[in-house]
Amino acid sequence: MVSEIPSYRRSGVISVEELRRLGLLPPEDRLRKGPVAILECPEMIPCNICVSACPSGAIRMDRIIDVPRVDWDKCVGCGNCVAICPGLAAFVVDLSKPGKAYVTLPHELLPRPREGEEVTLLSRDGREVGKGRVVRVWERNRTLVVTVEVPEELAMEVRAIWVRR
Amino acid sequence: MPPSDRRIWEHPILTFKRGRKIRFLFEGREVEAYEGESVAAALYAIGIDVFSYSAKLGRPRGPFCMIGKCSSCFMIVDGIPNTRTCIEPVREGMRVERQRGLPPVPNVPPPGAEEEEVLEADVAIVGGGPAGLAAALELAKRGISVALIQDHFKLGGQLVKQTHKFFGSKDLFGGLRGFQIAEEMASKLASFPNARVLLQSFAYGVFRGGWLGVASRSKLYRVKPRALIVASGASEQYLAFPGNDLPGVMGAGGAQTLMNEYGIKPGERALVVGSGNVGLIVSYQLLQAGVEVRAVLEIMPQIGGWFVHAAKVRRYGIPILTRHTIKAVWGSERVEGATITEVDERFNPIPGSERDVDCDLVLIAIGLQPDTRLFAQARAVMRWIPEVGGPVPLRTRYLETTVPNMFVAGDSSGIEEATTAIIEGRIAALSVASRLLEGSRAARAEEEAEKLLRFLWDEYRASPLLSRARRGKELATVSVEELEELRRRFPPEVSFG
Repeated sequence: MVSEIPSYRRSGVISVEELRRLGLLPPEDRLRKGPVAILECPEMIPCNICVSACPSGAIRMDRIIDVPRVDWDKCVGCGNCVAICPGLAAFVVDLSKPGKAYVTLPHELLPRPREGEEVTLLSRDGREVGKGRVVRVWERNRTLVVTVEVPEELAMEVRAIWVRR
Repeated sequence: MPPSDRRIWEHPILTFKRGRKIRFLFEGREVEAYEGESVAAALYAIGIDVFSYSAKLGRPRGPFCMIGKCSSCFMIVDGIPNTRTCIEPVREGMRVERQRGLPPVPNVPPPGAEEEEVLEADVAIVGGGPAGLAAALELAKRGISVALIQDHFKLGGQLVKQTHKFFGSKDLFGGLRGFQIAEEMASKLASFPNARVLLQSFAYGVFRGGWLGVASRSKLYRVKPRALIVASGASEQYLAFPGNDLPGVMGAGGAQTLMNEYGIKPGERALVVGSGNVGLIVSYQLLQAGVEVRAVLEIMPQIGGWFVHAAKVRRYGIPILTRHTIKAVWGSERVEGATITEVDERFNPIPGSERDVDCDLVLIAIGLQPDTRLFAQARAVMRWIPEVGGPVPLRTRYLETTVPNMFVAGDSSGIEEATTAIIEGRIAALSVASRLLEGSRAARAEEEAEKLLRFLWDEYRASPLLSRARRGKELATVSVEELEELRRRFPPEVSFG
């Protein structure tokens, strides 16, 4: 029975391989084209807030309990889903610039990150994986939407930041 | 401010608007508080951990549930013992004393308590949380007069301390934060002249002839409603381990009240027991309040709550230890540390796996228990259903119990969550409205109830991860024919309408 439990339900951490297997990651060539949403929301939560928040109509869901699916071609990576997702499970990743990656993530801790500031990058399991620079911060209903420039190889690892001052 | 002040002044989500400063006496010495705080919150804020000493063993006790359900915050207020200080607002000049043992109860009634009034209302609703508020709104907007009875001194129930954004859909307040939903519902209700709200009022019993007794601070009310909706919520479950009564061992909801409702840090280093949604959410909120979370313990082999809530705390390095539980807590007058242990497949502690955790706060988040006291007193037919937290009244899908015209909604009907509480509150109200209204308005209310019922059962509760709660609610639900049969076998002693 234990073997039927997905590993993320035991650890609270989902792996990139698991996300890919579940079809939650955009293809590599789409990531190279520009910012695109990644919804790390693998469970059937009765919630469709992202669907109504998406200005491009890029998120699909038939029933309220369905796992949200992003139409990678329609998505423009605007980050509205990052701002509104109640599970803080939406991110935007941009691999269009050579050698650099941009990760947009939700942030609800003090102190507030400032644009241009260097921050500590955290992986899904809370490990400090490097330093990044904040390039954009905006807010909706107290959730900060923060875009950080990170080393390219960390684009799929970084999902949170620490601001140390 | 004094170094012992535990108040939070900056928070990523909340802005604490504190009222004017007032002074009251604690153990004969003058202390300061802010208007709008409860006595328990105000004392906790200035570093008071011990509220009373237990009756038999003289053990120190501090607040636990913070919502007026348990007895952990009892103190003597203006000479009245056993006052639930967590739902007692601070007042200038009041006298608050620690309770030791079992103090005598004064036999002089408080001023005005002998006054009695018959309250006119079509529908009485007990409980001002999401279910009660949703029911009141649904009835009030249809022109039905409502008396909403709330034991706390404000409305909103547990929504007021929820800082996270809610799942759901836009028309069910999804995307809004819990406290914002409470504000929206309460302010909307205030716009209806046919909705009367009685705060700090306790529905103490139902009586033959269809009367509901309500004790407010100033007088006793009697209500003879055409229907009664009980949405009295739930209370935190306890866990047995040595030291579980030490101040600093608190229900997860108690800590939420302190930090999110009053802006008071519940501790510095927390250990959370239970990884259901409450445990995960409170851990994230502790982080937001600047409290270090040492670990979240989960006795099962997997996390109890939604993965996304777990991911939120894991990202910031908070460990979730599955197959772990708490063994003991120690300290003299406050938690000073805890011992945790790994468990085997049968949940027995594995010898040698014990570890000590340095913490001053232990939060119990192992589940809730429906508050069904009014149903027990009304002798509604009840059933013990572990999937929804304990004994709950049997009811039809329209939420009527075996006591005619006594309805149930929200967590008191079985533990689920705030969104389903809102839906159930509306369903109960629409069922009532379809009986009280006539013609097309009754038909419309019925149609809307059916629509919500379909959404609740066929869409919302269809998620496989909600199957346990769904099963519990199924076990508690009987057909209209079965309800009639139950009434024949166990004739109700009370009925409304």
